[in-house]
Amino acid sequence: MNKILIVARREFLTRVQKKTFLLTTILLPLLIFGFYALMIYFSVKGSDTYTIAVTDQTNTLEKVMGSNNKEVAFTFLQDETEAGLKNRLDNKEFDGYIYIPSGSDVTGRDTIRVIAGKKAGISTIENVEDRINKALEEKQLLSYNLTKLQLDSLQKSGKVKFVSIKGEEESKTKAGISYGVGFISGFLIYIILFIYGTMVMRGVMEEKVSRISEVIVSSVKPFQLMMGKILGIGGVGLLQFIIWGVIIVSLQFLLPFIFPGLAEQMQSGAMQSPQMAQAGEAVKNSGGMSGLMQGLSEVNFGLIIGCFLFYFVGGYLLYSSLFAAVGSAVNEDPQDAQSLLLPITMPIIFAIVIMMKTVNEPNSGLALFGSMFPLTSPIVMMARVAHGIPDGVTWIQLIISMLLLIGGFIFTTWLAGKIYRTGILLYGKKVTWKEMIKWVRR
Amino acid sequence: MAILELNHLKKHYATQKAVDDISFTIEKGSIFGLLGPNGAGKTTLLRMITGIFYPDDGEILFDGKPFDPENDIIHIGYMPEERGLYKKMKIGEQALYLARLKGLSRNDALKKIKDWFVRFEMQSWWNKKVEDLSKGMSQKLQFVTTVLHEPKLIILDEPFSGLDPVNTNLIKDEIYNLAKRGATVIFSTHRMEQVEEICDHIVLLNKGQKILDGTVQQVKQDFKENLFRVGFEITPSLDGNAPFELIDTKDHSYIIKIKEGHKANEALQYFLQQNAAIIAFNEILPSLNDIFIKLVEDTPAARQFEAITH
Repeated sequence: MNKILIVARREFLTRVQKKTFLLTTILLPLLIFGFYALMIYFSVKGSDTYTIAVTDQTNTLEKVMGSNNKEVAFTFLQDETEAGLKNRLDNKEFDGYIYIPSGSDVTGRDTIRVIAGKKAGISTIENVEDRINKALEEKQLLSYNLTKLQLDSLQKSGKVKFVSIKGEEESKTKAGISYGVGFISGFLIYIILFIYGTMVMRGVMEEKVSRISEVIVSSVKPFQLMMGKILGIGGVGLLQFIIWGVIIVSLQFLLPFIFPGLAEQMQSGAMQSPQMAQAGEAVKNSGGMSGLMQGLSEVNFGLIIGCFLFYFVGGYLLYSSLFAAVGSAVNEDPQDAQSLLLPITMPIIFAIVIMMKTVNEPNSGLALFGSMFPLTSPIVMMARVAHGIPDGVTWIQLIISMLLLIGGFIFTTWLAGKIYRTGILLYGKKVTWKEMIKWVRR
Repeated sequence: MAILELNHLKKHYATQKAVDDISFTIEKGSIFGLLGPNGAGKTTLLRMITGIFYPDDGEILFDGKPFDPENDIIHIGYMPEERGLYKKMKIGEQALYLARLKGLSRNDALKKIKDWFVRFEMQSWWNKKVEDLSKGMSQKLQFVTTVLHEPKLIILDEPFSGLDPVNTNLIKDEIYNLAKRGATVIFSTHRMEQVEEICDHIVLLNKGQKILDGTVQQVKQDFKENLFRVGFEITPSLDGNAPFELIDTKDHSYIIKIKEGHKANEALQYFLQQNAAIIAFNEILPSLNDIFIKLVEDTPAARQFEAITH
């Protein structure tokens, strides 16, 4: 046991002390975050306000036009001629103008033309269209002798709510959040299995190529060497994840200080751009920001983080020993690894496919199978757990799945240990899976 | 008292008998030579002694008790023929790591490493990486890591390959020192002149079997061909009554082979009767190299793969 720890310590320290570790662990999230923040900053900041002068001789628009916003500002100039407007546009007093001559029927067949001096962006155009159309719509409705009150009540949309059999409200937001959380955590485990699994494999190959295996196995048992390596690299992975988590959370808190006023801008900005407006609409329907917060608080994060850690560790132990076995069987040529890896990567890819189905239907037969089978459960179960207990998965199923996973990794480490002890001392021979199975039987 | 005793050790692979019923004993404090052509089964045998492989059959007694790899392994230092060190790791850390795997405490290991580094003039290497070392330098480091934990049994597979004469002597002296302090050394090599010089006892393997076992002197006596070199001031003429055959003539000396049933003294008497002025008379013993080649020559250099039915 002590020797496993000595090996694990070396594996951990040599990797953590490398410069590349610092780069990937600290710089990478900073870089991604900085890029992300910059993008938001520019998209929100956008261009200057687009000013439009309006001379409306029919007097239709002014009374119903809403207040100006940051992106577009309308100024109403009475008693201006079209030629006068054109002159002032040339002098750059405003960016564009609308001239509505008397007698035109703007609510009917006539088009309102915006003469633009400066090219308008797509969101500006939509903004202008939206506001004018809304004003015209209101104008038209008012012309049917509706009161403002009636008009407001007309525009109120109906509400549809899903309620579970126990009477709990199933808000759309919560379903969306469960979906997101399940998807992200399943996907993270998928990435972890690949990144750290390959790291274990490369470590084993490196030992084989540098011919140190024989020196080491004359001091420790091959199984101890393999376990030490797996645990050490697992520690690197865990540390890396913790650092990433801390960086992301702290950056989120720091963001308002880095870009003061960004949060407000984001809110107003979100309402303006068409795609974001939809998301904003959804939030509004469920009661605004507080609804989102409520949805988040309904998700059992304690359970999810606990399960994530369990399936992270379990899945990693299960797969990394298989990766180690492959690494031990490969000679200098990394090409050989490709074909040997296929039987390992296939179930991981299957798992991610099943997971994508599972986030939508956590209780389907496929989801049940995927979340029980140890080779796929680390990824698939996360998608079910995100929906909570007992909506997504029952306690019994969760416990059975965990036990199966524990059994699974005990089996794969046993299997891999057998392959490993023969493989690391074998040189110059191309190994097939058939041969590796023979080593296991020996 | 024997440090190691092998009884009918066997290890069969699917296509060949790597080690086929080998028995021998190694005395404590001796320097033991394990010889054999390529593919004779030396490495497989050494791997069984170091606990890397389990024998299919037979038993190993270590220090009088059945060999228990788990615990006895810390009393063994093994330097395999395929040298290996972590290329990117600093030399000091590497030595420390390997010593800790042999069960030394951190402080103990540090102290011993410093001693050895001073003795081999390696102090300035501590923070260098292995990839920056020359082959000879990494060989020295490998030797240090092998003997650092003061093992009772040291197994060196071709310890001098890649070393210049100065470093070879340095390591050779250390091997003598270790043996003097009670360690047993198993020395596996093809270089016969080194074996003659260093080893007390040798075993020759071929095709997985032991074909020779004895002390270096004994083996040489067993294989001697009754050859003598006689030096003269002026070489005398010979007649047919001589009790020997003339094999070769080299400036002022004869190489003679005593005939069956005769003794060396008879040859001397013969020359004295001839009034020849003898200035030298000495026996020519075969070199281990000659014996090795003679014993192994008849068998194909590379072993044929043979199917084995269990």
